[in-house]
Amino acid sequence: MRKYIFKRVIISFVTIWVLATIVFILVRLMPGDPFSSDKMTPEIKANIESYYGFDKPLIEQYFTYMKNIVKGDFGYSMKYVNQSVNKIIADSFPYSFDLGMRALSLSISLGLVFGIIAALYRGKQLDYVCVIIAIIGTSVPDFIIGAMLQYFFGIKWGLFPVAQYQGIKHTILPSIALGFYTMAMVSRLMRASMLEVVQQDYIKTAKSKGISKFRITYKHQIRNAIMPVVTVLGPTVASVLTGTFVIESIYAIPGMGKYYVQSVQNLDYSLILGMTIFYGAFLVLANMIVDILYGVIDPRIRVSGR
Amino acid sequence: MGKILEVKDLSFSFCTYGGIVKAVRGVDFDVNEGEIVGIVGESGCGKSVTAQCLVRLNPEPPGFFENGSIQYKGTEIITMTDKEMRKIRGVEIGFIFQDPMTSLNPTMKIGKQIEEIFVQRNMYNKKELKEKALEILKLVGISDGERRYNQYPHELSGGMKQRVMIAIALVGNPSIIIADEPTTSLDVTIEAQILDLLRDLQKKLNTSIILITHDLGVIAKMCDRVLVMYGGKIVERGMVDDIFYNTKHPYTSGLLGSIASLETEKDEELEPIEGTPPDLFSPPAGCPFAARCEYAMEICYQAMPPEYQLADNHTTMCWLQHEYAKAIDLPCKKKLKNEVMQ
Repeated sequence: MRKYIFKRVIISFVTIWVLATIVFILVRLMPGDPFSSDKMTPEIKANIESYYGFDKPLIEQYFTYMKNIVKGDFGYSMKYVNQSVNKIIADSFPYSFDLGMRALSLSISLGLVFGIIAALYRGKQLDYVCVIIAIIGTSVPDFIIGAMLQYFFGIKWGLFPVAQYQGIKHTILPSIALGFYTMAMVSRLMRASMLEVVQQDYIKTAKSKGISKFRITYKHQIRNAIMPVVTVLGPTVASVLTGTFVIESIYAIPGMGKYYVQSVQNLDYSLILGMTIFYGAFLVLANMIVDILYGVIDPRIRVSGR
Repeated sequence: MGKILEVKDLSFSFCTYGGIVKAVRGVDFDVNEGEIVGIVGESGCGKSVTAQCLVRLNPEPPGFFENGSIQYKGTEIITMTDKEMRKIRGVEIGFIFQDPMTSLNPTMKIGKQIEEIFVQRNMYNKKELKEKALEILKLVGISDGERRYNQYPHELSGGMKQRVMIAIALVGNPSIIIADEPTTSLDVTIEAQILDLLRDLQKKLNTSIILITHDLGVIAKMCDRVLVMYGGKIVERGMVDDIFYNTKHPYTSGLLGSIASLETEKDEELEPIEGTPPDLFSPPAGCPFAARCEYAMEICYQAMPPEYQLADNHTTMCWLQHEYAKAIDLPCKKKLKNEVMQ
């Protein structure tokens, strides 16, 4: 197991390096540059470019940048004056992370519960309720759900604040809006998986031992049915965290989303790179945790990883 | 040798989108204490459904009992609630399934799966549970029980898994074990080991076994009595010798003709039974085997044959036994044997 984790860590670093390199090249391929402006005179522009080291050959810039990343320094933003990329991330990431984690835990737990209930009451009213929620969740985009929640819960009934991020009460609506799709997907997956597992021979074996229905469900069925859900958790974490961009702007949350989108529009090279690498590293880590978790749940995977 | 299980006129059907499938159509049989009863027949003849009826493992719905009664030690099984049924399963009647590869929970340790029968009933404490499990593992011939106890099913071979299945069936000390094709998915050497094990355990523990198989070789090796099923009915029943050497139903004779034996010559062809089993959505009014039977008479298509008593324990459902039918000498195992010897 330790060897497996070690191997995964090495692969993760390689992945992040490849990501950084590709983004570094792609960013420079984009037309325009961060400092183009009507008022800019060629002298000032040359001055700024030499300040940021743009007058040096690209390959040298690349190695300097890589060296800095290894030290954990993403450099200074080219648009936000005197702000380091590290500081922008440090200021905004906690909001995105908090929102993302709330949305994830909400959506996974509710999704599993709905999926299990739907499967246990297959073909009955409770099943239809769960299925309808799942269909809405998978087919309605999150910005519409976000706006609807704001309208009904925020304005019409006045139960929750419409926007901002200042306390527990503020977190509820954006978490629901962000997690709705994932919840729907998890519940659909769990339902299908539960229904498949219930037909397996070992459920019949358990029944032949005189085990109660409840015990069969939670000891035999759920543990085996949860496997496909864990498999998609990695990409799900990715989709929830990137989903924060939209939700953050709807709910006026000072998370990373705003900076990320603006950095691309501004061609703020160092901020684009810093944010992308940071996100990339985060997703790689999330996937790694999911893979390790998978081995914990399924003993068959554990062996091959030894 | 008292009767512990009495099945009378059992009919079980499944409600499907295509209509009602009559899987079992009026089956009677008894099981005595300490006896091995074989049920033999081809796929889809209703043998597995019959077996699962005994512990109500068929899904209900869509399955339902149309008729009949199953008396286990004098109590009726068919009318039992799920809760009452749970007291029978595992501790009174154990079940061994066909495919050990899929019949064990892949995410649960072997030991836990064996103990579960007691955990459900809060019977022993942790230490006693483990002792029980190790004891039963030893009994089914798994030598390094301590290690196996903590292993998962995928770490065991097929034969080993089937031993674990037998352990699970036995650990509750049931009076009857139903073995539904216990060796079908194993290779022949392992099959022999598992069958020997079952027979030894049966002698040691004086358990009754209902052995379901489509392999007459297994029947010959294991059973005291045999029920031959076809189209949801028992077409012939008798002691093993009756079935093999005094065959009275054309279907049984067909089954015997289609297996190879040591006497089979190198270029001798086995004789398959032509045709397919009857459609159980609308079973024929007459004998279910009539369409495939080379001796079929007009009556066979029109009316269900009664059960003819041939000897104490030997009956058959075939119009050929009627006094007006002409006497036909069915080929049976003994005949085949004699022919070869001459």
